[in-house]
Amino acid sequence: MTGAGTVTVLFFAAARDAAGTAQLQLPVPAKVTLAQIQQQVLRHAGGLQPLQSLLLWAVNNQYALPATMVQPGDTVACFPPVSGG
Amino acid sequence: MPVIHLTDQPLDYTAITESVRDPAAGAVVLFLGTVREFTAGQQTEHLEYEAYREMAESSLKQLADEASARFPIVKTAIVHRLGALQLSDVAVAIAVSTPHRAQAFAAGQWLIDTLKQRVPIWKREHYTDGRVLWQHPAAVADSAAGQSEGT
Repeated sequence: MTGAGTVTVLFFAAARDAAGTAQLQLPVPAKVTLAQIQQQVLRHAGGLQPLQSLLLWAVNNQYALPATMVQPGDTVACFPPVSGG
Repeated sequence: MPVIHLTDQPLDYTAITESVRDPAAGAVVLFLGTVREFTAGQQTEHLEYEAYREMAESSLKQLADEASARFPIVKTAIVHRLGALQLSDVAVAIAVSTPHRAQAFAAGQWLIDTLKQRVPIWKREHYTDGRVLWQHPAAVADSAAGQSEGT
């Protein structure tokens, strides 16, 4: 996909509770970095800020770093450290 | 192909164990993670597990593939339960078969340790005193009840 569109951001567990929502649609101009998405998410869902240093991020089901490129149509996920098992 | 499954039904660990038996294997190890009543003096009434299903499934497949690259695995099965679980219920079952026993123990240990570090599944404790808390390993210091060791 090219050009403007939206990125879906999913929240899980304590991140969903803190964000007050399970999902956000963020408009993005074209390709952006995950770091830019993170800034937008923390502005839209201010309740996440106390958890900020704990949060893990994924893009399209893979753990991702702030420099990872995100484009319209991608799915970003934001969640606390995992505790399965 | 490894057996990988997330389910809200009780785990049939006999069937999970059977699924990894094979003539090429001389050893089968089954690990069960079960719901413990007391953790650091806190009494659990029940637990809930939530997953980011899509990523958890792909992450479990990656785990099985990586384990096969590290150990001479014949077959692997990893099944995690989601939803509400009562005391002593089985939350996770990992079965692995290898030619010899030491490899099966090592592979099973690596699989559960790595699952707990990586796979996007979360546990929420419902304590007998009415408190309800998500568990995150890194938040232990912030929470009187926080515990990183689930199984």
